[in-house]
Parts: sequence; C-alpha cells; structure tokens
Amino acid sequence: MIAALILVPIIAAILSLIIRHDTLRRVIFVSAAFAHSVLTAIAWSRTPEPVLNGWLMLDAPGLLFLSITSVLFLAASFYAVGYLNSEKKQEKQDFEDGSIFTNTPEAIFIACLLAFLATMTLVTASQHLGLLWVAMEATTLATAPLIYFHRHNRSLEATWKYLLICSVGIALALLGNFFLAVAAAKAGNQDTKLLLSDLIQQGGTLNIPWLRAAFLFLLVGYGTKMGLAPLHTWLPDAHSESPSIVSALLSGALLNCAFLAILRSHQVLSAAGQSEFSSSLLIVFGLISIIWAAIFILGQTDYKRMLAYSSVEHMGILALGVGVSGAAAFGAMLHAVNHSLTKAMLFFVAGNILAVYKTKASKDVTGIISITPATGVLWLAGFVAIVGLPPFGLFISEFIIAKAMFEQHRVGIAIAYLAVLALIFISMSKIFLNMAQGKAPQNISAQTGSQTILNILPPAFLGVLTLIFGLYIPPFLNTALHAAAKAIGGF
Amino acid sequence: MNNSIDTIMILLVLMNLMLLGLSSLGTCIRVVAAQGIALGILPLVMHGGISDIRLTLFSAAIIGLKGIVFPWLLSRAMRDVSAQREVEPFIGYGKSVIIGPLALVVCMWLGSRLPLPLDIVSPMLVPVAFFTIMSGLFLIISRKKALSQVLGYIVLENGIFTFGMTLAEKQPLLVELGILLDVFVAVFVMGIVIFHINRELDHIDTDRLSSLRS
Amino acid sequence: MNLISITNSVLAVLLAPLMFGIINRTKAIFAGRTGQPLLQTYYDISKLFKKGAVYSSTTTWVFLAGPLVGFAAVIAATVFIPFGGLPALFAFKGDFVVLAYFLGLARFMTVLSALDTGSSFEGMGASREVTFSALAEPAFLIGLAAVAKYTGHISLSPMLTGIDSVSWGHAAPALALISLAFFVVLLSENCRIPVDDPNTHLELTMIHEVMVLDHSGPDFAFILYGATLKLWLLGSILIGIIVPVHSGILLLDIVSSLLGMLALAVVIGIIESIMARLRLLHVPQLLLGATALSILALVLVSR
Repeated sequence: MIAALILVPIIAAILSLIIRHDTLRRVIFVSAAFAHSVLTAIAWSRTPEPVLNGWLMLDAPGLLFLSITSVLFLAASFYAVGYLNSEKKQEKQDFEDGSIFTNTPEAIFIACLLAFLATMTLVTASQHLGLLWVAMEATTLATAPLIYFHRHNRSLEATWKYLLICSVGIALALLGNFFLAVAAAKAGNQDTKLLLSDLIQQGGTLNIPWLRAAFLFLLVGYGTKMGLAPLHTWLPDAHSESPSIVSALLSGALLNCAFLAILRSHQVLSAAGQSEFSSSLLIVFGLISIIWAAIFILGQTDYKRMLAYSSVEHMGILALGVGVSGAAAFGAMLHAVNHSLTKAMLFFVAGNILAVYKTKASKDVTGIISITPATGVLWLAGFVAIVGLPPFGLFISEFIIAKAMFEQHRVGIAIAYLAVLALIFISMSKIFLNMAQGKAPQNISAQTGSQTILNILPPAFLGVLTLIFGLYIPPFLNTALHAAAKAIGGF
Repeated sequence: MNNSIDTIMILLVLMNLMLLGLSSLGTCIRVVAAQGIALGILPLVMHGGISDIRLTLFSAAIIGLKGIVFPWLLSRAMRDVSAQREVEPFIGYGKSVIIGPLALVVCMWLGSRLPLPLDIVSPMLVPVAFFTIMSGLFLIISRKKALSQVLGYIVLENGIFTFGMTLAEKQPLLVELGILLDVFVAVFVMGIVIFHINRELDHIDTDRLSSLRS
Repeated sequence: MNLISITNSVLAVLLAPLMFGIINRTKAIFAGRTGQPLLQTYYDISKLFKKGAVYSSTTTWVFLAGPLVGFAAVIAATVFIPFGGLPALFAFKGDFVVLAYFLGLARFMTVLSALDTGSSFEGMGASREVTFSALAEPAFLIGLAAVAKYTGHISLSPMLTGIDSVSWGHAAPALALISLAFFVVLLSENCRIPVDDPNTHLELTMIHEVMVLDHSGPDFAFILYGATLKLWLLGSILIGIIVPVHSGILLLDIVSSLLGMLALAVVIGIIESIMARLRLLHVPQLLLGATALSILALVLVSR
C-alpha cells in the first residue's frame, strides 16, 4: 500500500521520460495523480501495513499531510495540463527584460513533478528520521529543475539560491540527526535506531544537552526549507520565478512536509520532557516569521512575491500554533490544511492573471473582474480566505489558535499575533482590491482574457474545499486532526 | 593508537585554515580534495586496518568521490567557465585567518561543554567536526563565486561526516552511503547549475545574481 | 645562577656572525658561485669598527643611542637563553617575557633612530618593521605559552629542557606546529626571505635594511652584530625544541645543538635560494597563519 503510493509516481515519472508523445504523457501524468489520490483515500478507511520493519508507516500526522499533498497534486495535475497547453514550445521573449529564453522540455518537467510527489509521499510516510532526511533532500533535488522551468536569468538566480540555501539547511538537519543519534546512544547498547516510535518510547533516557542541540539544528535545517524567517530568503525568489503550478506545490505541499519533519523532532523532545524548550523555540521563530512577513508584504509590488511572503506568515502561524500547543495544536493542523488549499488556489489564480496581463507588478494589473470575471471572483475569494475572514477555513483555524493563546494567558503573544494579522490584512487588501477592481489597461481586452476550464476548475475546487472546512468540519477529518494534534502534544 | 587519528584531525584543521586564507581557486579545490582523502582514510584508521570489506569499500567510495570525482568536476567547471582564478572573498583573507583560530577555540569550548555519551575514539573528533562545519559555513557566506560556495558546501559536509564518524559503530553504514549519494547528487546538480549560470550570464559571481530583491 | 652557563653567552657572541657566513655560503653553492669566506661577517664588523661615522645634521642623540642600546639589549637577552642542555644564566618564572621585552627594546630603538633621520624611506621601513613584528609577536608568545603549558613550567630553561625525545613520541603534532610557527617568526624577525630580502638594493622593497641606511661605521657594526645575535637567540630556542638532546654529557649536548644551529643556517640558506620574497600584502597572512599554528598547538597541548 505505502509502497504503491511511492511507486506509482516513480513509475509514471520513468514512463513520462520514455514516452515521446505529449498527449499520452499528460494522460499518464493525470492518471498517476488520480491513482495517488485514490490510494490515499483508501488509506483513510483502512490503515496501511507498516513496511520495512516499520520504517515506513502512516501515522495520524503523516496521513494528514499526505492527504493535503495528494489533493493539491491532483488539482495541480489538471491545472498543469491547461498550463502546458498554453506554454509555447519554441523560444519566446521574456516580458520583463526582453531576453529570449526556452522552457525545460515537458518530459523532464512532468517527470520532476512526479518525482516531487514521490519524495513528498516518502517524507510523510517515513518513521525513520534518517530516511525522512533523505526524502527531504530528494525533494530539494526534484524541485530545482522545476523552478528553472523558464530558462532565464531570474529563474536561474532563484534556482541557485534555492539549491544552495536549502542544501545547507538540509546538511545542518543531517547534523541534527547525528546529534539525535548521539542523544539516543548509550554506552554498550549497540544498535541506535532513529525510529520515531523507539525514540518516543525511550524518551526519558535520552541525553538532554545533545537532544536540545539536535532540535536546534533540526529546526534550523528543516526551518530553512519550511521558510521560517530569517531562514526563508530563498522562498520569495523561488516562488515568484517558478511557474505558478510549481509555486502552488512548493507553498502548499513542500513547506508542509518540512513542517512535518520539524513536528517529528518536536514529538521526540516532548517525549523526553523537553517540550518547554522546543515550544519556546517554535514560538520565537513563529513570531519572527509573521512579523517579518508583515513587513515585507507591506509595500510589496510583486503579487507573486506577496503570496510567497504570505506563505512565510502562515508557516509562522503553524509554528506558533504548535509552540503554544493545547487547543492551538489542533488549530495548527487545521490551519495547515486550509492554508495549503487556499495558497495553492491563489497561486493558480495568480498564474491565470500572469498569463493574461504578462506582468507580476501589482500596480499594472487592474480590473481583473471586468476582463475575466471567473478569475476575478476567485482572486477575491482567495483574498478573503487568505487573510482569515469568515466563512473560510483559515478564519476558524486562526481563531482557534488565538483562543488557545488567551486560554493559556499568553496575552503578549496573542496581541502581537492579532496585531500582525491585522496589519497583513490591511496591506493585502490594498493590493488585492486594486488588482481586482478598476479599469483594465488599454492593451488588454476580454479577448486576451479568455480562460479554459482547466485554468478555472482546479482553483475553484480548492476554494470550495476550504469554504466547506470553514463552515463544517467533517467528522472523519475532525478525528484525524485531533489524532494528529494529540501526536504533537496537543488535543 | 590515537596519534594517527589526531594527526588526521590536525591535518583537517590545517586544511580548513588554508582554505580560509588561500586566494587561488585551483589550490582551494586541491585542498578540498586532500581533505576528502584524509576523511576517506579516517574510518580505516578508526577501525584498525583493512579487515572489513564493507569498511574498505566505504573508504574507497569516499576517497573516490571526495578526493577525485568532485575535484575533477569542479576543476572542469572552473576551466569551462574560464573563471577568474581568485575566490574573491567578501571578508578579506587576513580577517578570515584571524577568525579561524578564534572559531577553533570556540569549538573546543563547545566540544568540552557537550561530552559524548559514547566511548570516544579521540577527544579531538567533535571539536574538529564543529570547526570544519563552521569553516564550511563561513566559506559559503563569505565568498562570491558559485564555485567557492560549492567548495564551502563540501567542507560543511566533510565536517558533518567527521561528526558522523563518532557514530560509525552505532549507525548502519547504509545511512552513510545514503549521505554520500546525496552529496554526490547535490554537487552534481550544483555543477549543472553553475554551467547554466555561466552560459546565461557569462560570470559565476553570485553577488551579481541580485536582480531579485525584497 | 649557574656560572658555567656563561658559556651560552660566550658561544652566542663568538659564533653568531658565523651563522650569516653559513647562510651566504649555502646560497653561493646553490647559485654555483664560490661565495664569500665563511668568516666574512667578522671581517665586515671589524672593518666597520675601524671606520669613522657620518652623522646627518638633522639627527639627535636618539640616532646615536639607537644602535648602542639595541646592541646592549640583544647582548643582555643572551643571558636568558638556555643552550644545549645548559640552563640560562638567569632563569626565573616568566623570564621569556623579559626576553621578549629585550628584543622589543632593541627593535624599538632601531625604529626610533630610523625615524630620527627624518627620511621618508626610513619611516616607511620603520612602519613595515613595526607592523610585521606586531603580527609575529602573538605567534611567538602563544607558541611559548603552548610549550609552557606542555612542560608545566613558565621559565625558559626548564621549558626547553622539559622537552626531550620522549615528548616528540607522544606530542609530535603539537611540537611540530610550534616549531613551524617559531621558524616563520624567526624568518620574519630576522628579515629573511620570504618576508624580507636582506640582499635587496631597492629601498622600496626593503624592510630592515632601509631602516639602517643612514648608519655608518661603528654604529652600523653594532646593528649588524645585533642582527646576527638576534638570529642566534631565536634559533637557539627553535633548536632547543627540535633537537632536544639531554644526555647529561655537557659536550655531547652542546655539540648536537651547535650542529642543529648549523643545519638551521643551511636550511635558511636553502629557503633563500629557492623562494622568492612574498608580496608585502601577503606577509601578514603568513604571520597570521603562524599565529594560527601556535593557537592550534596551544589547544592541542591544553586538552
């Protein structure tokens, strides 16, 4: 079962490299994404058997994050077909600096997307922290070619930053894993396993100084990948330069996977009675992230970068929620789900806008509603969702986290959190509303704004999902969220 | 028995100091290669001789990759892009050389603060690993060239590897082979990107990669 | 006080100029020349003593005092140096600091008298000399601190006699690092290649020679003699570490140390023959590198 979840995308990736026919390749791509979702859905009803001596197993947080990834990927696969249809094969002119560039061949692009899915599945299913690390490193390598899809200077710059910063981060996480192994090692006891369940079981006997050092390095290492400020510097560049579908997957799925890796280490520390230490670190990084993001969203001129900084903000909220713990842990899990859906939706819509307006500068984009009503409505709906207004899901999760803060008498943190959210609301509404309303520029008419169903349906689907979660959380999801929250020390 | 390990440790430290102070890119690549070979010998020395076949293969793989393949790839990249043969630091060589020993002292202090709960092979191992990691990070931060940053990354990995050696008996070699593989792929991908940077931009100065701001 | 230790100073005064002769002879052999006689430095010094001196009208008493005080300080420093198993004439706790200060005093007076001439060239040389010696000082003192830490003594004589062939058996890395650092310091302090070229004739590239351009006659003899003594002093500390023969037989110990000094002179000669002078910008790097080696050695012995 778990093996199938990983192997399906890998086989599809290999096939897409071999097959020369474009349409057939796209069919394989979409059906692989579909098969992955079906398998994930089955995993909900019937818990899959652990594989490889328990190295691969889907526990509550793993299954939750796997499902987010799978759903996003399904939506992205449909969107990708529409996107690849509209991308011209031959050389074309860059609309920012006028240089000529080509795209990465479609076969490689699709193969990398599928490999990306496989590695993310591996991350969510890994119970062995070493294997988890290998999977995280593999996600970096699978995504680097995706960011460099448009082969021009800026995407190259973004790819280089991404590769270097994330590789260094991952290397530090490896050191953290070594520290963890040292913390778990006892003189005489020969086999030290980095299996999560073993570590949690022997929690009390772990060596505390090394354990703390290990968490520090794991947090910094995976935090780089997750985009916690001030380690996020690769994130805005990579998100703004890569194709929108890649940005959506990076923001919605990859950041979550890195977050899951941090959660795993948090679990170990909690088991060793050091949750105070790890929680306070998470809170500090969370606060820095939301404040930093707010500063950069304020006065942001590029709407894709604005979305990227918004991801930094929401990753900060996730860290904050887990750090505050209690009911906030549940909130954080719900927040992860809602943020992924909303952010992926927004990036898809941003891709549509970019295709019509050919600019990423938000001041040059006006009157989306009048040009392409469907995209415009989705853009506004996404705005309402991302800033955490009811009736969308993010409102519920942000509210639960704030409520938990007050319940635990962490008033200072709560006030900072709410103030920053308000600030972000103000600066985002200026950007979003200006873009949606007003008169469209002269050179853009309703003709150029025509969009296919494949461009509209995936974001609409994600938007409806997060709307539903804002109004009603299905019981099966509720149980799963509570189980995940319980695993990370909340309820 | 410990003298040979200590000698390797001192060699590692000296190579780190050289990397901090050297200006020629080609020499830096050779020093990193030498460091890789020293690391490759380390597991053999620590486990006394060439009795274990798996260990020997592991050592051979490390020497082959870190000592031969990476340096070859990097010097080829250097030749292909006909890069300026200076590493072009943001922080001058003199300052780098001063920072080196200071960092070493800090690492020694850190190493004494965090005693290993295992039977330790050499008390030098942990501080030297920290120092190598710090040198690698410093090289990444303070050098302009993409190539020197890759060198810094390899040094960082070397430091982590050195630390991993303390666990050599506890951790299955499988994971460490995984590490090797990852490093290999990472450097390979970085090599490709450097090639692209050069083709697109006619330079490999990462400080000129600055069109993306805020 | 051990009166027989006066031998140390006597040997230094007698044999120091010979070091220069050996160095020059080595260089001559490398260059395929016959070279000057081994005793040439002695002839030079005695000839200079017979000559009169010329004093610029802009100079003051500082210019006169410089060579004299400098020479006196170096001569005085010889009594703190143990040589070949013999302890120093004066040995007390912390005497190596006094030694460093005597050497510093000598340099200080040379620099002052160079500045006293008011010539821009000599000012430039003085500035370089001070810069480099300031960078060499930490390498030297931290290296000595490492030796002190290793032997557990803080007086030069027991420090150097505390090192023997057994120490090289189990602390070889640290001792090798210290020796290397001291060798770099020795080259720099004595203005040898690769820091300074004693044979150069371009004022712009000189360091030590340019400072003493205006000195003539007996004054210059003192300076020359002082320079040879300084080489002997630092050399005997280095040899004390590298050739730690303490057999108890006085003659054997002294002869082995003298052979060590001979070898040192030959090595310096070889280095001067095969290396070029470093660019001035790179000299601080070399000295900082030596400091790094000393720190590393200190770290090694103090764990």
